[in-house]
Amino acid sequence: MAEAAVKALEDAGVSALNSIYVGNMLGEVLQEQAHLGTLLAEEIGLVGVPAYRVEAAEASGAAALYAGVLDILSGGSDAVLVVGGEKLSDGLAEEVSSALMMSQRQEYEGFIGAEFYSLNALLYKLYIKRYGNGDGVAMFPVISHEHAAGVAHAQYPFKLNLEKVLSSPFVAEPLRRMEISGIGDGAAAIVLISERLAEKIKSPKAEIYVASATDYLTPFERENPLRFQSLSMAVNKVLNISKVDRDRIDFVELHDATSIMAAISMESSGFAEAGQAAKLVKRGEYGLNGSLPCNTFGGLKARGHPIGATALYQVSEAHLQLTGQAGKNQIDSAEIGLTQSLGGVAATAFVTLMKKV
Amino acid sequence: MRVPRYWRSIPFKYRLAGWRCNHCGTFHRNKPVVCKRCGSKDFAETELPKTGKLIAYTIVKFAPKEFSEIAPYAIGLIELDDGTRIVSQLTDFREEELREGMRVEAVFRRIRVNGEQGVIEYGFKFRPVTT
Repeated sequence: MAEAAVKALEDAGVSALNSIYVGNMLGEVLQEQAHLGTLLAEEIGLVGVPAYRVEAAEASGAAALYAGVLDILSGGSDAVLVVGGEKLSDGLAEEVSSALMMSQRQEYEGFIGAEFYSLNALLYKLYIKRYGNGDGVAMFPVISHEHAAGVAHAQYPFKLNLEKVLSSPFVAEPLRRMEISGIGDGAAAIVLISERLAEKIKSPKAEIYVASATDYLTPFERENPLRFQSLSMAVNKVLNISKVDRDRIDFVELHDATSIMAAISMESSGFAEAGQAAKLVKRGEYGLNGSLPCNTFGGLKARGHPIGATALYQVSEAHLQLTGQAGKNQIDSAEIGLTQSLGGVAATAFVTLMKKV
Repeated sequence: MRVPRYWRSIPFKYRLAGWRCNHCGTFHRNKPVVCKRCGSKDFAETELPKTGKLIAYTIVKFAPKEFSEIAPYAIGLIELDDGTRIVSQLTDFREEELREGMRVEAVFRRIRVNGEQGVIEYGFKFRPVTT
């Protein structure tokens, strides 16, 4: 986290900060370490700056970003550092799986071992039953890997074809190993500045808007489990705040912790009719040259999903796109991008809309 | 999970007991302050029906550490006879007999041995109704 933070500060050309927000979910469990805000401030030589950790399950990084944006909007701060990080590899795979159950209700789903992927598998079954298109859903990991190929910061920077996805073993049927994000470590950081300060900062900038909403923790207590109402509300809010029409969005960074979450996210965001995202991804609409590119650097599946860092990777990648620094992953005339981060099975949604300046 | 937290939720885990909102009918596992759906403060103690039908199920192959000794195991989405939907482990079945829509009933089972504190935790699972 310290390395990412220092890089971000140097890249932005900012040295004086009003505050620091840290996004992390499992440090208290896997590293038995709390108090990450102050700890990070010390590690990057900024003792004295207010700093604390923000937690919202798998959306912790996005929650830290939200706090940072609100801090700037309050008028009290001109420069804020937001850092996200997670070190999942300190735990065995079954320990990480156990720790991630904390996103669900421990005395209900946690108690019976209805972990994240089993809930996703049930959603996947309902989706196939209602709409068909099972193998379309499995195309989401294929496009994510396509985009991650050769990306220096990606965890799995290689291509993966549909055949490989569909021949990988089940994690929880019908969800397969190659349809879920892996366990990994990572950190990402961004610097937020006020409009006042923006005039003086020469480094490449983008405008940012954030919104958030919640839903019932257990997806099967929602009226329609195949719609992420939290995400739908957050997307509508951010379009409202930024005064942008949905069809002006040039690319989307999805929370594809599983393939089925990617499909439902596209539909809940209003980019596809219910049951259609699987067809659209199969047609290539979400590729880098498609009508609405998704996961332009590989998303959670291929770039990686080190929980607390994930949303900040997304925002950093959107920044690269909007400032023309995305290299071989650059999409044409990128002016507006949307990033999405979900906690649990979309019980929490944070979205960020970014505009080219 | 620590023992006091396990104890607090025993009524639901042992008997599918909880509270039903007198205004909108929503079931709550834990004693509510306000109804999570309509905001009412008017509740009656209730027990959910012990039978229902299987809506969907999956077999967990990649288990969290508390469940690695019983993996693979089945998780089902069940619609109880009053329409309440719950998730539960399934038990006492042969995989080839599981099908969506089949009748299932609650049974009392050992769920897990809990971590360092070594407490054996019990609760319900669902099994196919044999006719």
